[in-house]
Amino acid sequence: MALPKHTELHYRIWHYFYLAICTAVFFFLVAPLFVIFPLSFNAEEFLSFSDGMKSLDPDAFSLRWYKDMIYGTKNPWGLAAKNSFIIAIFATIGSVLLGTVAALGLSSRHMPYKGIIMAVLISPMIVPLIISGVAIFFFMAKSGLAATHTGIVLAHIILGTPFVVITVTATLSGFDHSVTRAAASLGSNPVNTFMKITLPLILPGVISGGLFAFVTSFDEVVVVLFLAGLENTTIPIQMWTGLREQLSPTILAVATCLIILSTLILVTAELLRRRSERLRGINR
Amino acid sequence: MSSETNQILTTDGIPLEVSLKKAERRNKIKAFLLVAPLLLFLLITYVFPIGDMLMRSIDDKMVTEMLPKTFKAMEKWDGKELPEEEVFKAFYLDFRQLVDEKREGKLSTQLNYTKNGFKSIIKKLRRKSKSFEEGNYKEQIMAVHKRWADVEYWKAIKRRAPAITGQKYLKGMDMYKNESGEIVSVAEDRRIHRILWLRTLEIAFFVTLFCFLMAYPIAHLLATLPMKYSNLLMICVLLPFWTSLLVRTASWMILLQQQGVVNDFFVWIGLVADNARPEMMYNKTGTYVAMTQILLPFMVLPLYSVMKTISPSLMRAGKSLGGTPIVAFWKVYFPLTIPGIGAGCLLCFILAIGYYITPALVGGASGTLISNQIAFHMKSTLDWSFASAMGLMLLTGVLAIYWVYNKLVGIDNIKLG
Repeated sequence: MALPKHTELHYRIWHYFYLAICTAVFFFLVAPLFVIFPLSFNAEEFLSFSDGMKSLDPDAFSLRWYKDMIYGTKNPWGLAAKNSFIIAIFATIGSVLLGTVAALGLSSRHMPYKGIIMAVLISPMIVPLIISGVAIFFFMAKSGLAATHTGIVLAHIILGTPFVVITVTATLSGFDHSVTRAAASLGSNPVNTFMKITLPLILPGVISGGLFAFVTSFDEVVVVLFLAGLENTTIPIQMWTGLREQLSPTILAVATCLIILSTLILVTAELLRRRSERLRGINR
Repeated sequence: MSSETNQILTTDGIPLEVSLKKAERRNKIKAFLLVAPLLLFLLITYVFPIGDMLMRSIDDKMVTEMLPKTFKAMEKWDGKELPEEEVFKAFYLDFRQLVDEKREGKLSTQLNYTKNGFKSIIKKLRRKSKSFEEGNYKEQIMAVHKRWADVEYWKAIKRRAPAITGQKYLKGMDMYKNESGEIVSVAEDRRIHRILWLRTLEIAFFVTLFCFLMAYPIAHLLATLPMKYSNLLMICVLLPFWTSLLVRTASWMILLQQQGVVNDFFVWIGLVADNARPEMMYNKTGTYVAMTQILLPFMVLPLYSVMKTISPSLMRAGKSLGGTPIVAFWKVYFPLTIPGIGAGCLLCFILAIGYYITPALVGGASGTLISNQIAFHMKSTLDWSFASAMGLMLLTGVLAIYWVYNKLVGIDNIKLG
């Protein structure tokens, strides 16, 4: 953003001041994430940069915390990772199925009571997690689903569907309904029309909603803390316990893996969003 | 021209109006059936359980069910003098029943909540009542302990007659109902909940303010830069947004601890002495810093999406009409961004007011919020009805903001990423 030549001095100063502020804010946003990265390779047991690390001595770096994460004795991370992935995958499938179908109904202009129903469907995203946690816990305890995978999956479907509903309705808002009518007039039944015409067009929205649902489930800790037994421990629960009891560098190794995972998800989501906007003819 | 003669008919002879209405209704049902599975699922697993919280928070059936005969007999009692023999007899019968079922301990705990001093006299009554003789229970019970002859204790029992109570809500605001039924505040040094509510509001307010002050310039930069730069910078906003909350909290714990990176840096540039490193975590500072960074993307994204739609020619027009850049910004640009500001601030505030994980990890004792108190009662004291009451008080506040948000922004205008 170069300034025009005739800019007066005090505006010039103001402009550079503004850029400096922006840089500082971006630094504040991103820098904390990058602190974890080098510290997870620390050869020592401390959570600050050792003198050896500052002088880039290769002996000060090691993979010992990654080894501990994978092979450590009485290591909880393997079970936690397995549980996290199983729960997140099933919760994503459930959220995407329920959410997409509901979004199709909501986008119809014939939908009665749209406002209030939308408000109910979105509410798990707005209501503070602690309240959702208490309410869902009461339900699961009554129906005997507390401390089971099924219970946690159901809880995460509740929390994940609003994201799917929002992204899919957004995709459907630019959807040209004449194509489905064209399909129907050519003799296609509604299910066939959905699978062959509608779904491919709204797929970017469905997948990005699914990514949101996946991340929500994979990161969720408040509700799981109420529901999980020892068998159902997940990565967030292990991190929570670890952070509360003692900060060990193994947690940083796990955190680094999680940052890499979220970077991958971010890139996928961004690519999908751009593709969806291109398909819907929104030029930015 | 009567409508009957001129009715337009469809090919199969049904009036068009009827046929259209039928089609309309069919479409409505079709749309509703698509939404129904999710709606039903949420109602059963989510909305009704929130209603269940409401029931639990006002539920006070325990004592009512333990002393059914007593409360029946007490209906005729005016509550001024000591009750008649009839009440004492009913109380004795209820009490014997409870002792047989070994539930008198629960009764004493419950009555002790209402008035101190019940524990010991109920224990004594249990021992003595084994050798009670038939008839004249009033004399016999009063002989057990002098408090049984005190009308205040009988009044206390009568107060537990209703099956529902608002007592948990009063407790959530550090108030209670005294002996004469007035609602009063607890002693000044015991008002822990009010402090928590105020602190929650204060932290949510300032976190929102800090987020706004930091998000406005960078959202503006993102909206005005050419695409290829702004896409790159957008990743800086989205990466924290997609990263696990616990990872971000962990990174702040590493940065802010006493031997942490920030303190190391301060010592290195000579800002503080090595032996006087400030405590930046396990207090309010930690909560403020970490929550601001975590919620910042939620402020940037709505601001950015509004600023993106503002044409740069408007600012140029403002300047060409003689406004200095500051005037042009204040009179033209800023008013146009108000919808984004409203959306971002409300979203941040709603999220901040219910925050739990981050304050619990970096907040220590002075930086915890109302959510932490709710979790404490759910897990440690197991006073679920009190946790429910506080949860619903918080929920009412959030729903009020949600309602405003819906009016201002429209719930279907929420944008993600």
